[in-house]
Amino acid sequence: MRLRKDHRPLVLLVLLAVLLLCLLAGAAFGAVSISPLNIVKMTVDKVLPIDLSPTWQPTDETILLQIRLPRVIAGALVGAALASAGVLFQGLLRNPMADPYIIGTSAGAAFGATIAMMLPVSLTFLGFGLVPIAAFLGALGAVLLVYNLARVGGKTPVVSMLLAGFAVSAMLTAVMFFMVTLSGRTEMLQSVYSFLMGSISVSGWRKLVVVAPLAVGGIVAARFLAARLNAFALGEEGAAYLGIDVERDKLLVLALGSLLTAAAVSISGLVGFVGLVVPHAMRLVLGPDHRLLLPAAALFGAAFIVLADLVARTMLAPTEVPLGIITALIGAPFFVYLLRRTRREYAF
Amino acid sequence: MISLSHVSFSYNNAPVLTDINLEVATGEMVALLGPNGSGKTTLIKVACGVLRAAQGEVFLNGARLAGLKRRQIAQWVAVVPQQFFTPFAFTLREVVLLGRTPFLKGYSDGGPKDGQAVDQAIAQVGIEDLKERYFNELSGGERQKAVLAMALAQEPGLLLLDEPTAHLDINYQVEILELVRKLNREQGLTVIAAMHDLNMAALYFDRLVLLKGGRVFAEGRPDEVLTEEIVRDSFSASVRITRDPMTGAPHVIVKPKAYSG
Repeated sequence: MRLRKDHRPLVLLVLLAVLLLCLLAGAAFGAVSISPLNIVKMTVDKVLPIDLSPTWQPTDETILLQIRLPRVIAGALVGAALASAGVLFQGLLRNPMADPYIIGTSAGAAFGATIAMMLPVSLTFLGFGLVPIAAFLGALGAVLLVYNLARVGGKTPVVSMLLAGFAVSAMLTAVMFFMVTLSGRTEMLQSVYSFLMGSISVSGWRKLVVVAPLAVGGIVAARFLAARLNAFALGEEGAAYLGIDVERDKLLVLALGSLLTAAAVSISGLVGFVGLVVPHAMRLVLGPDHRLLLPAAALFGAAFIVLADLVARTMLAPTEVPLGIITALIGAPFFVYLLRRTRREYAF
Repeated sequence: MISLSHVSFSYNNAPVLTDINLEVATGEMVALLGPNGSGKTTLIKVACGVLRAAQGEVFLNGARLAGLKRRQIAQWVAVVPQQFFTPFAFTLREVVLLGRTPFLKGYSDGGPKDGQAVDQAIAQVGIEDLKERYFNELSGGERQKAVLAMALAQEPGLLLLDEPTAHLDINYQVEILELVRKLNREQGLTVIAAMHDLNMAALYFDRLVLLKGGRVFAEGRPDEVLTEEIVRDSFSASVRITRDPMTGAPHVIVKPKAYSG
């Protein structure tokens, strides 16, 4: 199953090509179809200093630039960020079931974001809206809480981590709904609900301008931690023997995973199981070396969500199925399969 | 090479090490002995700085260990712990490559020098034929060799081993200790190992340090430390000591209850 070593570098090129194809497909299909050739032409016309004579309708251009492109790029960012966060959490906790959705990081981000959205004032900090910052703080708080709850004698066993993640998620979700109800702004219930189901909501480029640098920066920064994550595969003590400053790097990985989760959540709400399915698939083919695993999971995660989002918005068109439902339909059975395959480990 | 001066350590107020003074010179090969819970493993963790001594000071090559970064220590001291487990499907060579971690920086995937160190370590231990096998699928003895190769890939001056032969078949016990002694004799590698097998320690180590209740109870050449009185008083076991006619090393034989008295 695992690829031969000398083929592995090629994998990133193949995954990049797959991602570009998915982006093209995502941009082409929808209520109005746009031919892939015209998509490429319009993009070249806009991005490069080349003027092509239009072979497309002006409305096509508006749809592509204001609706489709922001949407597929947002999808790619969400997928890449969640898959990277999954790799980070799994590597650090040495726990193959760690996924931002399952361990409560996503719920923490959603909790933070909801609080920020409910504040009567709209604050900005260093040009960022309050929402991404609150989402980040919520995610970090949730992951630290789950981590400390789940820790037994220097280890984070699968069972206690799943239970702690479930409890924290349930509590945060309940408090979220309670606060919205309490505030009397019942019109917000619908938006909180769709936030929890997960769907990519961007209109134009405004939100992406804030979130994209966070997501891309986080993914690049994660790659710098690859060698340290490899050492963490031997456990915290083993990593310390190999010269890792365990406490500092642990916090760094958790913070980066929270940042990536928060970036994804502020675009799409809670989209589950991406951080589980994608890293597993990549690890199966490429092996567990984080140097290759991190970029591969980011690319594959991006392609995965772009495609899943295309299915979500075309399957029952004009009704849009929440993206989180599509990923859960794919991811949850996979999760169950993983649990059953290795259930001996989970004996109490 | 390394010296511990008045080192004490306790877990949650329960003292594990008390006023340990120990000096190990370059090229020495020292075994730590003592009953379970006497502080052997803790002493190894304090010596490599993973645990910080509550009192006293550890010096590595004359420098205060507490003042060194983990990375600097790991470039000089390698540790082979009792058990290594990874949930991921690393190959043996990938595990050995982890030994280069203290020398890698950020994005670096390791240069040819790291690859050479890894291949050399694998060759030294003699596990070339296993290097593409999955680490988790190896036998206990093979895994221990792999972890030893990982430690050697760190190109250490000081090698700390925590019961390197525990749970191993006798052929692996001999292989591992022969290899460690060869590295000690031929390359001047300084070795400190916690050992539970007194006879193996007597055969392969020049100097024994026997701990009891977190203190140094006896110290010296094997024939000085392994006497009937010392073993009885430290392990509360009644034994006879003979001499191996071939090597001259002391040999500890347990006296069954029916014969003691």
